[in-house]
Amino acid sequence: MPHQNTKDISLSITTFIIISIIKSLAVVSVLLTAVAYSVWLERKVSARIQNRWGPTRVGPFGLLQPLADGAKFIFKEDLTQPHVYKPLYIAAPIIALVFAITSISVIPFGNWVTVGPWGTYLQITDVNIGLLVVLGITSMGVYGIALAGWSSNNKYSLLGGLRASAQMVSYEVSLGLSLVGVLIMAGSLSLRDIVDAQGGVFWGFIPRWNIFHGQTIAFFIYLISAYAETNRTPFDLPEAESELVAGYHTEYSAMKFAMFFMAEYANMVTVACLATLLFLGGWHGPIFGPPILQALMPVFWFCLKVFFFIFLYVWVRWTLPRFRYDQLMAFGWKVLLPLAVANVLVTALIVAWRA
Amino acid sequence: MFHLILFLFFGAICVAGAVNLLVQSHPINSALSLIAVMASLAAEYLLLGAEFVAAVQVIVYAGAIMVLFVITIMLLNAGKEERTKGSRVAIQIGVPGVLIGGVLVAWTLLHRSDMQSIPIGALRGDPRAIARLLFHQFLLPFEVTSVLILIAIMGAVVLASPPAVARGPRKDEG
Amino acid sequence: MVPLSYYLVLSGILFACGVLGFLIKRNIITIFMSIELMLNGVNLSFVAFAAHWHALSGQVFVFFVMVVAAAEAAVGLAIIIAVYRTRETLNVDRVNLLKL
Repeated sequence: MPHQNTKDISLSITTFIIISIIKSLAVVSVLLTAVAYSVWLERKVSARIQNRWGPTRVGPFGLLQPLADGAKFIFKEDLTQPHVYKPLYIAAPIIALVFAITSISVIPFGNWVTVGPWGTYLQITDVNIGLLVVLGITSMGVYGIALAGWSSNNKYSLLGGLRASAQMVSYEVSLGLSLVGVLIMAGSLSLRDIVDAQGGVFWGFIPRWNIFHGQTIAFFIYLISAYAETNRTPFDLPEAESELVAGYHTEYSAMKFAMFFMAEYANMVTVACLATLLFLGGWHGPIFGPPILQALMPVFWFCLKVFFFIFLYVWVRWTLPRFRYDQLMAFGWKVLLPLAVANVLVTALIVAWRA
Repeated sequence: MFHLILFLFFGAICVAGAVNLLVQSHPINSALSLIAVMASLAAEYLLLGAEFVAAVQVIVYAGAIMVLFVITIMLLNAGKEERTKGSRVAIQIGVPGVLIGGVLVAWTLLHRSDMQSIPIGALRGDPRAIARLLFHQFLLPFEVTSVLILIAIMGAVVLASPPAVARGPRKDEG
Repeated sequence: MVPLSYYLVLSGILFACGVLGFLIKRNIITIFMSIELMLNGVNLSFVAFAAHWHALSGQVFVFFVMVVAAAEAAVGLAIIIAVYRTRETLNVDRVNLLKL
């Protein structure tokens, strides 16, 4: 069913544009803050796993550390080597960052909110093919890495860029296929419809999230493919320090490196949002309290689930060793892809048998 | 009016990308212009209402096939093109020829008076309707194309694998 | 409200640029990309006519064109890699003798 951005309220064009601009600014600023604080989370959690403190000096619990990091990146000298291919060298981090941030535009954070005479869904825009938009933008994000590796004119960067692009393209297939099971159960590609199909409980207390409702294997396939897509350990061979100097971002310094860094964490946040929407029921959770609280509780549950995901990302990174490249590619094509196809087959059979 | 402005904007990007593909001498620049053409074509499909086709164009064409091209260019370390006698002749004959043919066709198309206008988002190609067609009316081509892709995968793997090295007599056979 | 002929002219321009690229260019990968450009021009024609005649089959056919383009790109690039291994050049004018 197509969703309109107005429920029963008719908005004029200018009001619609103003509301959209406000929503876009709010979402982008929240995303950038989330990216900065997921860096903080990573440093703290990795430190605790390794039995040390992590950032503690800048602000209470080191909470102002991202500000200090940002200042450092801005003031650092921005070296541009003479041997790089300049147009692509400068464009590659911009491409990576732009595509990483754009995919947040179709992700719903909560339900309908009404403020005075206006109301809107908590989502920048709801398209019928929301899930395909996210997949498409993720596919385009490969170019940032491929072009960075190539334009640096350096064998380590080239190898790192080639390996990273081949890895991302391979795991995109099992990523997409693992989501098809969810789509068969929900019957729509719109992200809002998929979340709405997970409302309610069965047997009284188990929520009807897709992870409990039959898509557990798909959830794990999605998780593993997402780790490979965002180039995180155990699949981070293309950017590992001990392997290829620093892989595709060897020749980058200061602000351009910071853009790659932010793009990686923004991709993590997007993947975590997608996992909560598709497998963990989005913003569904117990809602209680006065009406103002009831409007904000869904967003709180959504943020809690996304935070859990990012924590899982960091936890896995600092616990598992990394795969060798041929093991990585063999795993993606020979294990994950057949499993994902089998999952689609079984889900389709069960749904067709029940209908 | 808004429809015309959007059509002209994305059409201009398409044409600029296509011409840039011809003009650039390094294949990576041509590849990037082709990606720009495909992305703006996806926007044109959205203007015609074909939302699923636009999404698949971005995912498959711009996000997978062109990545294949870019990876191959990077792998083979393709450099700038060199001018040969054949290419000079081709430019001198080919460019005027194709231009004349193109202008003739465009003039004929634009001067027909019975071409109707297409409103914005004319035929909504939502996934459900397209799937219904694909699995009912076009089932045979659908299955045949899946076999075609399987053959293409096998062919590509065999063609691109390194040539097998002939083995000499084994040591334990003396 | 854009007339159908505008879409067809745009599709024609893309196709003509593809043909030009196929004739002019000497790098085999660029020739392949011109073929992809031609296929894209044809796809635009299909979708425009589908909107004009209100027949969804036009959009479905675009899928088949994309599938064929993908298969052709995969096999074509594999052939290019195989030829590059023996001839060490990507210029089609240099691959004009059967003898290596």
